[in-house]
Amino acid sequence: MSTPAGNGHAAEPLLEVSDLVVHHGQLQALGAISLRVFPGEVYAIIGANGAGKSTLLRTISGLHHPTTGSVVFDGQDVTGLRPEQRARQGIVMVPEGRRLFGSLSVEENLQVGATYARPGPWTIERVYELFDWMRERRSQRTAQLSGGEQQAVAIGRALVANPRMLLLDELSLGLAPVVVQRIYGMLPQILGTGVTVLLVEQDVSQAMRVASHIHCLLEGRSTLEGRPADVTPDQVEAAYFGLAGVAPAAPGAEGSEA
Amino acid sequence: MAWVNAIIQGVLTGGLYALFACGLSLLFGVMKVVNLAHGDLAVVAGYVAIGVITVTHIPVLWSFVIVVPVMAVVGYALQRTLIQSALNRSVLTTLLVTFGLSIVIENGLLQFFTANSRGIGSGLALVRDSFKLGSKIQIGYLPVVIFVTAVVVLLGLQYFLSRSKYGRLIRASADDQEAVQLSGVDYRHVFGIAAALAFATVALAGIAYGMGSQLDPTMGSDVILLFAFAAVVIGGLGSLWGTLLGGIVLGVAQQIGAQINISDEVLAGYIVFLAVLVLRPQGLTTRRAQS
Repeated sequence: MSTPAGNGHAAEPLLEVSDLVVHHGQLQALGAISLRVFPGEVYAIIGANGAGKSTLLRTISGLHHPTTGSVVFDGQDVTGLRPEQRARQGIVMVPEGRRLFGSLSVEENLQVGATYARPGPWTIERVYELFDWMRERRSQRTAQLSGGEQQAVAIGRALVANPRMLLLDELSLGLAPVVVQRIYGMLPQILGTGVTVLLVEQDVSQAMRVASHIHCLLEGRSTLEGRPADVTPDQVEAAYFGLAGVAPAAPGAEGSEA
Repeated sequence: MAWVNAIIQGVLTGGLYALFACGLSLLFGVMKVVNLAHGDLAVVAGYVAIGVITVTHIPVLWSFVIVVPVMAVVGYALQRTLIQSALNRSVLTTLLVTFGLSIVIENGLLQFFTANSRGIGSGLALVRDSFKLGSKIQIGYLPVVIFVTAVVVLLGLQYFLSRSKYGRLIRASADDQEAVQLSGVDYRHVFGIAAALAFATVALAGIAYGMGSQLDPTMGSDVILLFAFAAVVIGGLGSLWGTLLGGIVLGVAQQIGAQINISDEVLAGYIVFLAVLVLRPQGLTTRRAQS
């Protein structure tokens, strides 16, 4: 794709979503969403409950099929591919609610993640180094773990596939703030291995801290997009809650259909 | 002595019942499909073996080597086409589809093989001969071989499910179809493998049954499916050892019933089945109502 890169990016986008429209039955969940994620970025989708964040991530990973629009990954149109094909190409999602395999042990969960792994730096061994408690509890069922520990296993299961793009859906959901801090604290180590991250987060301040780019959704539409440094708290608040006189999209933003 | 004999014969029969039942249990455990054609598949395998032996004149036991893998491939193919497309609609649809499959199979068998009952390899020493235990108890070689085979198959299945890569993927896909896809796993392929295993085990059981007694086209749903269901329910769903135990309990109950009155054989099995349903609906080996 020869779209000129904006925001000072020299490279081609790793992921380019264009005019994505998604329906749940009769209901339109996403209305013409576009975004571009560049290699090495932490791209955060923010928005309130029901804004369509998870739908967007699930459509990128292939679990939902868009009515119209396209998902292009590393120059290849993956819109028609099944989720497992996308995963094998390097789009790997940590789903909302963790979705671990409850009848499998911690290690078996990681082994399933590694079954169709691409070549790369991440191994089960390396995940054990990242989360040092995990090795000695590897033969436990995941149901015996705390929520934060389960989230770590879910992240590990995604990492061992050696994703090029990691999709993180609401990591903080149902976790204590201190646990959320610890998990987000791992992000630099993950990014250090060359992974690009696209995440969905309800907690705006958390997203602003870790993201290199934010994109706010409201009722399935883009309301704000830009680097955290370029947007004001007022703009974010207006975009998040859809207050009167919705903030103008930041310079260079796409998805101005809202 | 007659009672001891009944118990021994019952235990040996139980191995065969477990072999019938383990595929049924596997398909339900992994994809929530209640395969109403399961018994008919056993009968089909038996008749195909008869056909193969008649046409090619291969030794009877070689028919296992041909028919069991063929049924595994058929199982994979049926799962990927008919059963998966039914599953995509709803689990209830699979009931209708497998019920339809059962009718098609039975009528097809009636058409091709007539309603006459047929046995397999009745001239073989393995089928004919027996040995004596003490002076009163006579045990056939065939039931012993079938029992040992059943235990080996269940052990193998258990090992495959708990240790192998595909076993792990089968368990993971049973847990969460969506999540396995996110790990690059095509769960439809994994379900196909589970179905191949189920079809292979029931084919093995069907041919073995045809050697020990007679096959007829409609016994798949009249007899085998019901015994397999009873074995699964008595033992507890989702546990292979439970299935073996369930098969043995059913077999022993039937033999003891037959000892009391020869016409009570089947009835006694169902009385135990009913008792388990009432007193311990989760089955003998399952601790809580389904893990």
